[in-house]
Amino acid sequence: MAPFEISTLTGSLPYYLIFLFIGIAFGAVLEMSGFGDSRKLAAQFYLKDLTVLKVMFTAIVVAAVLIFTSSAFGLLDFSRLWVNPTYLMPGIIGGLIMGVGFIVGGFCPGTSAVAAATLKLDGIAFVIGVGLGTLLFGETAGLLGGARFATFGGRYTLDELFNLPIGVVVVLLVIMALMMFWAAELAEKHFGRGQKISLKGLLPSNRKYITAASALVVVAFMVAVIGQPKPLDNWKKLFTAAATSLDNREPYIHPAEVVEWRQDDTVYVRVLDVRTERDFNQFHLQGAINISLDILKDKSYLKMLKTVPDNMLTFVVSNDETWAAAGWKQLVGAGFKNVYIIDGGINNWLKVYPTDPCIASPITKGNLKDEQLAYRFQKAIGDNCYSSHPEVKTKKSPTECDWKENPKLKEAHNDAVIREIPFDVDRKITFERKVKMQKNKSMAGGCG
Amino acid sequence: MNNKTKTNTYINPYLGGALLGIVLFLAFFITGNGLGASGAINRVMVAVVKLFASEHVDTVGYLANLGGGNSDTLANSGVAMLFGTLFGGFASGLFHRRLKVELRKGPSISPTTRIIMAIIGGIIMGYGARLARGCTSGQALSGGAVLSVGSFAFMFSIFIGAYALAYFVRKLWN
Repeated sequence: MAPFEISTLTGSLPYYLIFLFIGIAFGAVLEMSGFGDSRKLAAQFYLKDLTVLKVMFTAIVVAAVLIFTSSAFGLLDFSRLWVNPTYLMPGIIGGLIMGVGFIVGGFCPGTSAVAAATLKLDGIAFVIGVGLGTLLFGETAGLLGGARFATFGGRYTLDELFNLPIGVVVVLLVIMALMMFWAAELAEKHFGRGQKISLKGLLPSNRKYITAASALVVVAFMVAVIGQPKPLDNWKKLFTAAATSLDNREPYIHPAEVVEWRQDDTVYVRVLDVRTERDFNQFHLQGAINISLDILKDKSYLKMLKTVPDNMLTFVVSNDETWAAAGWKQLVGAGFKNVYIIDGGINNWLKVYPTDPCIASPITKGNLKDEQLAYRFQKAIGDNCYSSHPEVKTKKSPTECDWKENPKLKEAHNDAVIREIPFDVDRKITFERKVKMQKNKSMAGGCG
Repeated sequence: MNNKTKTNTYINPYLGGALLGIVLFLAFFITGNGLGASGAINRVMVAVVKLFASEHVDTVGYLANLGGGNSDTLANSGVAMLFGTLFGGFASGLFHRRLKVELRKGPSISPTTRIIMAIIGGIIMGYGARLARGCTSGQALSGGAVLSVGSFAFMFSIFIGAYALAYFVRKLWN
């Protein structure tokens, strides 16, 4: 499913060639539309020649319709497309500044590159100016301090702003663009060619335009009606090829590998514990977050969870594996990267990293149900024992077993080998390493 | 200076927009990212500065991010795209016989004024683009196609900024 995982190609020749060819197409279309000519570009702002408006909004609307049509048919995963994070105030102020730059200089960066390529001297001058301007920004960025990051809205799309389905937003966008084009044609007629506009002239008359516009509206409507796939549908598509991924145990990670990653300074490890609050309080990994599977279905919560750096590694855990697998499917379907499941869950974790036997002992009597904690805890220790953080190599365990006070515990304590920590912390555990960290995006933003 | 350009050979703007929309869609479809230019120009500049003053690049935070130390500033997808854009513009200009060393300007100003204003406009534009984290290709077009709120706000701001100032700089163009 598109977009393709080209981040695996990063640095190779095919990788750069892809972007080179996209750039070539981009530059050619800009030049063919007349964007290499600063007078034509500046004429926008005197309402004489509204080519820029027509090209830009046609491009946006056509691209959006294509994107969301492919998404509706499950060909493209919208959640994995790079959406420029919204920094509202820097965006608005930067935009106003750029507007000034545009009308003074007659270009924007992309068009000036095209103009420079076609030997326009003002284009070349402008490109140099842009370079200097970016350097100026680089030198003075410190002065702006935190203001540069103000009003961060993250990945914020119009459907979220207006609380409307994406398909409806696309239809409205198409209609808005068509109305702007109609107004643009009239403006060009009046301001550009100095012609009077009669009442009859208000109606669009060009047959080709009317056909194209109608086709666009029809397609947009279709997309709105079909709707966008839900995360669970995505999961099925995302993993059609690797449908056996769960069966092959690919996402299941041995506790010792989890511990290794927790020791890795270059990676943030996040543990999502989908068990009940009671079990969580009995014992959990240090730093684990307790979330119910229900909350994982909430779109805005998922979005918050998903807004993480590239080097964030997420492990989902439950007592056994059923609940964790359900949570994992939810996350993967919502497009999360670098998500894995702890093999065997907490029950297995405590086998690999047992606690002091009188703090928790395995339940041996009776049949254990699936997703039941297989240990009886004398008290809820949370993360206050060595097993919660085996990555911290210390030979001391913070828990105190009050076996001296409690005769019942004394037996269990006496039976166990008396050590600070009930296993050798330096022992070598053999396991298969399965985690492969994936990067989310190749460019830090549309403009790098 | 010759102010005439073969305007009647430019393609219909709606057709141009449709083609651009297709290119934009393909960019997203294949790479997951849209188009862009200002970031790449930024990188090229940093690479140039690095040739003369590499310690300086290492010390200024924003620049160091792009080219500090041993990092290869130019080994970046955006830079590849920029070179493609330059080549595509050149090829199209060549094919349509629009390759001409010339200066486009309004009739009432001198070429020198135009060049100076182009540089100044570029500096302003470059600064604003880094603040807004994108330019019209990156933020407006690409962000617009994926319905980013910030991108639409940004787009309208550019138009407002330009239209507001248009009257005062009308001598440059008319």
